[in-house]
Order: sequence, then structure tokens, then C-alpha cells
Amino acid sequence: MSGARLEVIERNCKGCSICVEFCPKNVLEMDVFLVTVPRPEDCIKCMQCELLCPDFAIKVHDE
Amino acid sequence: MAKKVALLQGNEACAQGAVYAGAKFFGGYPITPSTEVAEVLSVELPKVGGKFIQMEDEIAAMASVIGASLTGAKSITATSGPGVSLKQELIGYACIAEVPCVIINVMRGGPSTGMPTGPGQSDVMQAMWGTHGDHAAIALVPDSCQEIFTETVRAFNLAEKYRMPVQVLFDEIVGHMRERIEFPEPGELEVIDREAPSVGPDDYKPYDSTKGQIPPLADFGSEYKYHVTGLNKADDGFPTTKASLVDAEERRQIDKVMDNIADIESNEEYMTEDAEVIIWAFGSTSRSARYAVNELRKEGIKAGMFRPITLWPFPAKRTAELADQAKAIVVAEMNLGQMVYEVERVAQGNCVVVHEGRVDGDPINPGQIMDKVKEVL
Amino acid sequence: MAYDYEKSIRPGKLPHIWCPGCGHGIVMKGLIRAMDTCELDRKNTAIVSGIGCASRLPGYLDACTLHTAHGRAAAFATGVKMAKPEMNVICCGGDGDGTAIGGNHFIHACRRNIDMTYVLMNNYIYGMTGGQFSPCTPTGHNASTTPYGNPDPIFDISKLAIGSGATFVARTTAAHPREIDKLITQGIQHKGMAVIEVIDDCPTTYGRRNKFRSVVDMMKRLKTEAVPVKAAAKMTAEQLEGKFLTGILFQDTEKPEYCDQYAEVIKKAQGA
Repeated sequence: MSGARLEVIERNCKGCSICVEFCPKNVLEMDVFLVTVPRPEDCIKCMQCELLCPDFAIKVHDE
Repeated sequence: MAKKVALLQGNEACAQGAVYAGAKFFGGYPITPSTEVAEVLSVELPKVGGKFIQMEDEIAAMASVIGASLTGAKSITATSGPGVSLKQELIGYACIAEVPCVIINVMRGGPSTGMPTGPGQSDVMQAMWGTHGDHAAIALVPDSCQEIFTETVRAFNLAEKYRMPVQVLFDEIVGHMRERIEFPEPGELEVIDREAPSVGPDDYKPYDSTKGQIPPLADFGSEYKYHVTGLNKADDGFPTTKASLVDAEERRQIDKVMDNIADIESNEEYMTEDAEVIIWAFGSTSRSARYAVNELRKEGIKAGMFRPITLWPFPAKRTAELADQAKAIVVAEMNLGQMVYEVERVAQGNCVVVHEGRVDGDPINPGQIMDKVKEVL
Repeated sequence: MAYDYEKSIRPGKLPHIWCPGCGHGIVMKGLIRAMDTCELDRKNTAIVSGIGCASRLPGYLDACTLHTAHGRAAAFATGVKMAKPEMNVICCGGDGDGTAIGGNHFIHACRRNIDMTYVLMNNYIYGMTGGQFSPCTPTGHNASTTPYGNPDPIFDISKLAIGSGATFVARTTAAHPREIDKLITQGIQHKGMAVIEVIDDCPTTYGRRNKFRSVVDMMKRLKTEAVPVKAAAKMTAEQLEGKFLTGILFQDTEKPEYCDQYAEVIKKAQGA
């Protein structure tokens, strides 16, 4: 279990899909213009999604 | 204790006036006939811990002045017509962002390169209408080296008090001639410093005019963090396109000057009490006008001179009164007619308004003014 | 773990105005991380910009922020820094703002080696005005004003900065976020003119007109086209074709900083 909690700030997400494409573990998916987190357990906390999100719309929390 | 006296060039008197006013930053660029202002300040400012910088062009010079002023430094630039033309966009920036600064324009023959070493007064409308958009303007027009000193001090006071750019225009003759200067004692001339904010950093809004038309400007690098932009903005300094706010802010920034004309205006009148003809002149031209008045009086013609020292805002009230009193106003200015239109507008036909101008590089002489007066009476 | 960007951002300013997939938000994050690493007191930090998409960045950050006129950031910032050298001064803006209308101020700020950090977001286009070509739009590429392909040769911003006298010049991309804050940190810590060029993405006006099907395609090309300086040393000219170098491209710690030089002027003026 990775013990990571991914928080999506929906009002900030513009659906650019960078996070989905650059997540090495395919944790994320686009629901039209909003990122979703279908497989949080696969997250390895590499932080790419948070680092590459231009819109401050996704955070990787330790849990 | 006898006053310190010196024979000073007009441009040097300007620099000394700036130092007296507490200027701490000069950003400029060489241009005839104003360069001496820069040269003197490059000597004087570092002595008082101030900063002098010669930038890469007049636009950069104006930008550096606004940047420096935002940190709390009284800031000045000096240039001539071509430089003022280049600075126009940023003069407008200083208007909308309400950043105090002083712009010296030692006017030369125009347009374009014109006559760099010749006098001119053809930048006077530029001082009001040069930059795009609606904005207020304050422009002072001294006619002597002593008055350049005192008007430069007054320019800083008005800039700080009204939180805006203030221009001082004098032509090449006044800028380059040397005259006797009496240096005022420290404290003798009023020097106005920037008003500190009345609220703490957390509540500070750079354009909050609920307490007065002119919100205090905090210093960058003090306890205050805030935003400055050239966009129309709300009281917190952030951009807005909300019609009511845009409209209110534009009007406030003009009203802060137009509601205080009594505090800003400054004129000299010479033998106008019983004058039937008024010579309306400023800067070096007013010297010929004064001479012409004396000569005309000898010939039994009741002439007088009205000399604005604050050119903008335009001295409408007094000009209108003189238009009611006199048969004619002769507007003498080294251009092909600029302030004459303002005088005409204000006179509203109550007297004849004629222009006596010159753009050949020579100053307007008393004789041509006298001829025009006789012609119009 | 999750980075607290929000403490550096003015309340209520997000979501920001930049388009989906625009790289400026990534750069802003990098700048925030770098300012935190350098422990910059934001009350004593001026962030200055010109006009354009990238130049809207200061408005979001809780500091002394100055959104100036098009191209004039470096000149305004020079006034701020000269008047108050103890302030941290950061300039930011785009390629058009910085090297077209702002070119004269850019090269002279570099020449003076005045202590500021210039984060130049090069997305190869004028985005705010709808996608006209800039001095950095690759030759042959399309823009709203080069419908037949850009005939213009372009600037290499980093070479321009080095040639003009900047003493810390680095480049990275929006697809290398950790390198963004690393280089900006080093730039801030460097005493003198630090230019950090970030090759950035504008999917809306540049990407669409230049065969980039998606935001992700644009980000991926940043990864493939960027070659770290050290790696490039071992590569042939052919291998470097169409690539650009990233990392620290130039550093000089000897050249005096401008405000220090002027402090000497003051000493002479007051000593004499």
C-alpha cells in the first residue's frame, strides 16, 4: 500500500491532462476536463503530477 | 548669516533644487539642452547617498525613475522634447499607478531633432495631452534660474502630495543661461515628504480612497506588500474591468488635481490692474513681454502681463477674468499657437485673443510683441 | 510531501488566467519553491514583469509586485534595485516582452550585471495577443503573422544574455520542474545578473499552429529536445541537431555587481 492520498482541487483543474500522461504508474485518468484518481494505491509518490500541474490542481499527501 | 549665493546655469539650478527637495534617485539619458541637469546630479546625488544612473534610453530612464520611486526614493529624470516623446507611455503609467516623480523638459526647437541648441515652447500641449488616455497633469514653467530652483522643489512637493508625475518645462534659454541664485536655507522652502500609510500592512490597499482622494503610497521593501499595474485597477491594486470601478478611478485621478487647483496654481501678474491689453506669456518669453509692457506704458498704452508659473492645470479662472477686463489678450509663445487655444476657449469671445509666435530658433523679442499689441488695439 | 504553494499566493487568485497546458503555472511553482529555498522575505522582494501572459505572474504572488509596461521590466527593476539594493529583485516575462520590445533593456541589465534574477519564459510566441511570431519563434514555423512560415532568424536568448554580460545564464524547460527551482535558486543566490530561460509551452496559440496535437505532445518534445550541457559535450553535431542545451550555460563570479560598483561611487563622492 503506498499510503498516498491524492487531492484534486477541482475548481483549479483545466483538464490539460499533463498529470495523467506523465504519471509513471497510470494512477490518474481524465473525466472529460477533470482529472480523477481511479488507482491511488498504485501511487509511488514520485510527485510528477504535482510538480507538472500548471494549475495547482493536484496535491500528493502523505497518509 | 549672509545667504549662499552663486552664479548658476538654469540646468544646474534645477539639479540643486532637486537635491534641496530631497531627491534620492535620478534616472536619465543625455540630450541637449538638458544634459547638465544629469551631469550635476551625477556629482551631487552620491554625496547625499542618492543614486544616479544613466540608462540605455529615455524610456528606460523613465522606467527606472518609477521603479525607484516605488521604494520610497524621491525620483527625477531630465530630458528634452524627443526624450519626453519617448517617455509618454510611462508618464501615463506613473499617472494611473499614481507614482510620484518629476520630469524636467528643457525644451528645444521641434519637432523631431529640430534645433537641439535652440529654444522652443512647442512641447506645452504635449505636457497635457502627450500620453494616451484621460489623466491629470501638472506642469510648471519657470522663467529664471532662481525660479527653476524653487519650482523644481515645488514640483517634488506636488508630485509627492498628489502622488503623480509632475513636469517642469523651461526652454533652452532659461536652461542654459546663468543667473544669480540665492540658495534657501534648509527648512526655508517647504519640502513635502511622502505620507505614510495610515493602516497596517494587512489592511493596506494602495488605491483605497475612502479616507481621501489621494491614498498614501507605501514603500516597496518596507512592511507593506502590494501590487502595482498599469491596468485599470480596483482599490487593492489588482486589475479590474468592472465599469463602475474603472470609471470612478479614472475620475478620481483627475479630480484629485482639478479639485485642488487653488493649491496648485501659481501665476505672476505685472501691471494688470488697469491693463486694457494683456500679454499672456511664460518662460523666457515672459521676459520680453515684461519689457514690452514697460515700453508700451511709456507710449501710453495700458498693457499688462499675465505669467502662468503653473501651466497645467490651466489657469482658466484668472485668464477668464482678464479676458472680461481687457480688450485683447496677446498670447506670446515660441510655437505656432498652442496655449492660445486654451486662452481663446476660456475667453469665450469676451475679448480679442491673438497669438504672437516664433519657431525660427530665435526668442520672441519685445518689439514683435509691441507691434502685435498695437495691431490688435 | 504536498508542497504548500498557497502560502506564497495571494488569496482568491486561483484558478489563474493561463490556458490549459500553458507552462507558466509550472514555472510559477518553480519560482515559489526557489524563493522558499532561498528563504526570501517577501516583504523585501520585488517581482517585476512587463506585459504578456508570463508577465501576469507577479499578480499572483504575495510580494512587492510590479506589473509594468510591455518590455520594460528590466528597466523598472533596475530602478528598484538601484534605489534599494538590499531588496531581492526578480524579473519575469516572456520571449516577446523580453527580447523584442524589451531587448534593449534586457541587454543593458545584463551588461551592468545588476543583481537580479530574470526568469524568461520562452514559449516561442506572443500568446496574450493571440499568437504572433516573436524573435524566438523558430524559423519556418507558423504564427498568426507568419501564415507562410516564419521568415525570421531567431535569438538564442542565453547567448544574447552571455554576450551582453550577464554572469549567470541557465536554461531549462517547463517539463523539468525540479531543474526550474534548482536553477532559479542558484540564480537568486548568484550576486549579479542571472538569466534563467525556461523553454515553455503555449498550446493555445503556438502548439495548435505547429502540428502539436496536444498539450502532452508539447511537453514531450521539451523532454526530447532538451540536452543537458554535460551530455551534449559527448554528442556529435548531428545528434544535437534540433536540440537545445539545458543546465548552467555560463557563470562568472568575478565580474563586479552594479550596485556594489555604485556604492564605491558614493564612497568616493562622500570621501572626496
